[in-house]
Amino acid sequence: MTEILSVVNVGKSYGTVLAIRGISAEVVAGEVLCILGDNGAGKSTLIKILSGVHVPSEGTVKVNGVTTILSSPRDALDAGIATVYQDLAVVPLMPVWRNFFLGSELRKGFGIFKRLDAASMRSIAKQQLGDMGISLRDVEQPIGTLSGGERQAVAIARAVYFGAKAIILDEPTSALGVKQASVVLKYIAKARDSGLGVVFITHNPNHAYPVGDKFLLLKLGASIGYFDKSELTIEKMTKLMAGADEMSTLANELERKPGTRPSRKS
Amino acid sequence: MTTVSIQKDDRQIMSGRFARILRRPEVGAAVAALLIFTYFSSTTTAFLSTAGVSTWLYSSSLFGVLAVAGALLMIGGEFDLSVGAMTGATGLIVGIMTTEYGINIWLSIILALSFALSIGAANAYISMKTGVPSFIVTLAALFILQGANLAITKLLTGTVSIQGMPDVTGYESAKAIFGSTLNFGGMDIKISIVWWLAVTVVASWVLLRTRTGNWIFGVGGAFTSARQVGIPVVKVRMGLFMATSAAGWLVGMLQLFGVSTVQATTGLGQEFSYVICAVVGGCLLTGGYGSAIGAAVGALIYGMTLQGIVFAQWDNNWLKLFLGVLLLLAVLVNLYVRRRAGDRS
Repeated sequence: MTEILSVVNVGKSYGTVLAIRGISAEVVAGEVLCILGDNGAGKSTLIKILSGVHVPSEGTVKVNGVTTILSSPRDALDAGIATVYQDLAVVPLMPVWRNFFLGSELRKGFGIFKRLDAASMRSIAKQQLGDMGISLRDVEQPIGTLSGGERQAVAIARAVYFGAKAIILDEPTSALGVKQASVVLKYIAKARDSGLGVVFITHNPNHAYPVGDKFLLLKLGASIGYFDKSELTIEKMTKLMAGADEMSTLANELERKPGTRPSRKS
Repeated sequence: MTTVSIQKDDRQIMSGRFARILRRPEVGAAVAALLIFTYFSSTTTAFLSTAGVSTWLYSSSLFGVLAVAGALLMIGGEFDLSVGAMTGATGLIVGIMTTEYGINIWLSIILALSFALSIGAANAYISMKTGVPSFIVTLAALFILQGANLAITKLLTGTVSIQGMPDVTGYESAKAIFGSTLNFGGMDIKISIVWWLAVTVVASWVLLRTRTGNWIFGVGGAFTSARQVGIPVVKVRMGLFMATSAAGWLVGMLQLFGVSTVQATTGLGQEFSYVICAVVGGCLLTGGYGSAIGAAVGALIYGMTLQGIVFAQWDNNWLKLFLGVLLLLAVLVNLYVRRRAGDRS
């Protein structure tokens, strides 16, 4: 069990506002860590700490077990931590292969004749996507023509190819329909099976439970539980996330009072 | 997995060789250019004569240099309206410095280039630091340059045009590079046409075959994404603005040495002509899509129409009407292309 990335008791405050506090979790190679929480639970702040956007105000970040300060996204990338944001950092009108290598293009030639090595980039992109289970006959097609799930997979494949040991997926299924979301879950499983540490951020227990190995539940900036899959059922998770009391209050509120159902007039 | 691959196969029916050609941004413009060429060739005798061809090629070349550089800037997601006035400003700088003050002609040319580059850099800096759209920033630059062109020229020379360029020492050497005429198979080819071709080839190579080109598409197509993957977005746009201004300088020199004089009003009313050429050539106004060759073809359409209307002895006001219609059609075609390409933004 190799721990790639972990946080110990991290907290982050923006001025006087305490966004998250006392959070610990670890990302292990070949495992999926799910971070669940409602809007405002502190998921984004935690991602930003993991991906080097923010330095935590308290606690430590460890890379491969060594305490490290990730002071920029570049630092995180160099440490093998890649983040796939919700907008995927793709350019819709550009061909798939150009998107795959955008910002890290392969080149050949010297001096002013230094040029893109288009042939290699095309074949690498095609092969890497094939490994993820996406077979495109034409990597020239604009990435905008792919489905949401496929685009997500391209972003994951890109991160893997450029040396990521851990990938952080920021709500990859939230904008997708049921079918596309299940496609993305398959890609997550695929990335996990290839030995990557995956951080999967979501607010949907139904997406998290089947694919996750560990679950960190956040609420109002604090951890309300850090579980191994064996300790948790999906019902328990849903309950914890929604807050059992709140859920039953809500159920009461939504329930019809006897006799309030509008009677049909003929 | 099976359902996924079935979906994909449906989609791939269209991606044959033919579909790939149709997907290229410059195809629409090439068809339009061919139609216009055929029309004027068959209805007028002058259009296909050697003198006729060299006239419309020359005309196209001046628009073409600006259109190609402007297209790169547009693909990068920005505009420069001041570049037309820049052709006048740089021509006037060289004209005034040499004829009025006797400054060395090549030094003047270099100084005019530095002037153009600094205006380009200033446009870029202001629009990127403040977030004010480049459309507005360069509109302001356009007025500043146009006003300065007239006011300063009048102030220094007492007239609104530069005379006496051919008497300047070293004039011949500069004319050889910017204003000479080559004889090619009995046809007079102005050297600006060579410049136009060279600029198009270089721009197209940069755009499609270099990392810089990839970054230009990235910056124009999705600015935030480009920054997320580590593209130096500010540098890319700065470079594009400066290159566009440098193209303005080049056209300024081509005009100055092509006709040996320059008017203080040069470039007036030409603010949008290169934008039209670029859009007709397949560039999206919103950035991220287009081609240098397309912009060159757009300029060819502009030049052929401009001169064809003269040869056909029509009232030349028809030019604007025609260009307006063409621009509208081009924008609609581009919009359709973008929808097909799945850009949902």
